[in-house]
Amino acid sequence: MHTMKILVCISKTPDTTAKIAFTDNNRKFVTDGVQWILNPYDEWYALVRAIEIKEKDPSAVLHLVMVGGPDCDAVIRKALALGGDEAIRINAEPVDSFQVASQIASIAKPGAYDLILTGKETIDYNGASVGGMVAAILEFPFVSLAAKLELAGDMVTLVREIEGGEETVEVKLPLVVGCQKGMAEQRIPNMKGIMGARSKPLKVVEPIAAESQTEILSFELPAAKKGVRLIPADSAEELIKLLHDEAKVI
Amino acid sequence: MSVLVFIDHSEGQIKKTSLEALSYGAALGKQMAVPAEGVLLGNVQENLSSLGKYGIQKIHQLNHESLNQLDAEQFIRIIASIAETNGSSVIILSHTNTGRAIAPGLSVRLKAGLVTGATELPDTKNGFNVKKNVFSGKAFCTVSIKTPIKIISLNPNVFPVVSGTGTAEIVQENITLKTSAVSIKSTSKASGEIPLTEAEIVVSGGRGMKGPENWGPIEELAKLLHAATACSRPVADAGWRPHHEHVGQTGIAIAPNLYIAVGISGAIQHLAGVNRSKVIVVINKDPEAPFFKSADYGIVGDAFEILPRLIQGVKKLKGLV
Repeated sequence: MHTMKILVCISKTPDTTAKIAFTDNNRKFVTDGVQWILNPYDEWYALVRAIEIKEKDPSAVLHLVMVGGPDCDAVIRKALALGGDEAIRINAEPVDSFQVASQIASIAKPGAYDLILTGKETIDYNGASVGGMVAAILEFPFVSLAAKLELAGDMVTLVREIEGGEETVEVKLPLVVGCQKGMAEQRIPNMKGIMGARSKPLKVVEPIAAESQTEILSFELPAAKKGVRLIPADSAEELIKLLHDEAKVI
Repeated sequence: MSVLVFIDHSEGQIKKTSLEALSYGAALGKQMAVPAEGVLLGNVQENLSSLGKYGIQKIHQLNHESLNQLDAEQFIRIIASIAETNGSSVIILSHTNTGRAIAPGLSVRLKAGLVTGATELPDTKNGFNVKKNVFSGKAFCTVSIKTPIKIISLNPNVFPVVSGTGTAEIVQENITLKTSAVSIKSTSKASGEIPLTEAEIVVSGGRGMKGPENWGPIEELAKLLHAATACSRPVADAGWRPHHEHVGQTGIAIAPNLYIAVGISGAIQHLAGVNRSKVIVVINKDPEAPFFKSADYGIVGDAFEILPRLIQGVKKLKGLV
């Protein structure tokens, strides 16, 4: 039987509680003191679902890939502590979705992997594009916003979110899937996983020549709120008047 | 040169987000002094030529029943082909479930730089620079698109629907459909419910609601305000409310005109998903709840006493009592 080969595309993001600030004329994100984590959509949904598939079929091969510099290695080890056979780091600073997708596609040429999973988006740049672009470059089908994934041979049944509802779809491997809530449950790595991750291969490969199509010029923080206007609880009805007459939102 | 706007629809109705995208596309066309056109796949009840009132000169339609459902592969191929034939230089979509399914593939196919989740019209005076949300609503950035063809997906509820007069010319396209790899087995749509990302008003409950059996007043207030209901992550995780109602950094990010948070303390992860709301109302019994710092209006007190008063207030406003 054909060995199932799974690739999970992962990314590092600032911790969800990280303070967001910018420097260098608002051109750079301040990374001092920032804790880096595995992007939650990549971890909780894509990676854990892939691990579940491998638990059911131990012959399956599970690789992780991240595009980034040596500063990514700690986060990659954390991912390996959850599961996966080996990780590949493509040694390039991520610039935009297309450049990252081009790098991932270069190691995922047709025949290399059957199933490519990634999170629906990263929580830092919120591009929501890498999965769809990898699929388009490889000419694989792409299912976005998938909340369930079941495998039977080379046939995959997925539930995806559409406008105002959900849809069950079927598609044959190879396939790229953007994963979201519902796909799997968050796991905490155990000591065995953490110890084992140290000896798993983390291969560093040099990037291909791939141009970016977009460039971030500057960042800005949203305007600060004026401060809250408190309404006494016993005259709560007054709030409705304010929302109507003053804020004009109802 | 033209701006091409993808028009999405569901159950025979054009989506509100697409009317926003049409208005945005028309404004961009004017700014760049090029015509704005639309592309609609499948069919709707509405007379398409009337979409001219949003400032669109021409609508390309491929009227085939099968295109009334999302078929990303087919949509990408058809939109790319229409864009190429008509020399479209900018393609506009909505940053919705449909937009997310097709924008990345379209970008690769047309070798066009993509910015998702745009919040304003691009600055085209010096290059082509688009403002978008980053850090899950905690910041914005301005992105320059360097390719000749550009794709923008517009965040819902950030650009007003602007209508005037005018009729659009309808062009029936004739592009051969191919069988797609992804086949749809079943579709379930909650009809009548307002999708969270499109709702102008959202009423949301947190752990302070104490249990799923207490959601009645939240639902009643939402119904009176034509609002969608939402919840915080602990509520969705506890199974009190469905996962698709979870707003926050790891749930859905929303930007309604009015967000009413009841019994939600306002953890930074929750704020990230809602702080683009235009007006935020916080109701919490804890005066120290961090959410009050991000609120425009607040009431400190017991939600179960306050909600009935708000319901009464809305009924009065609407002349129902």
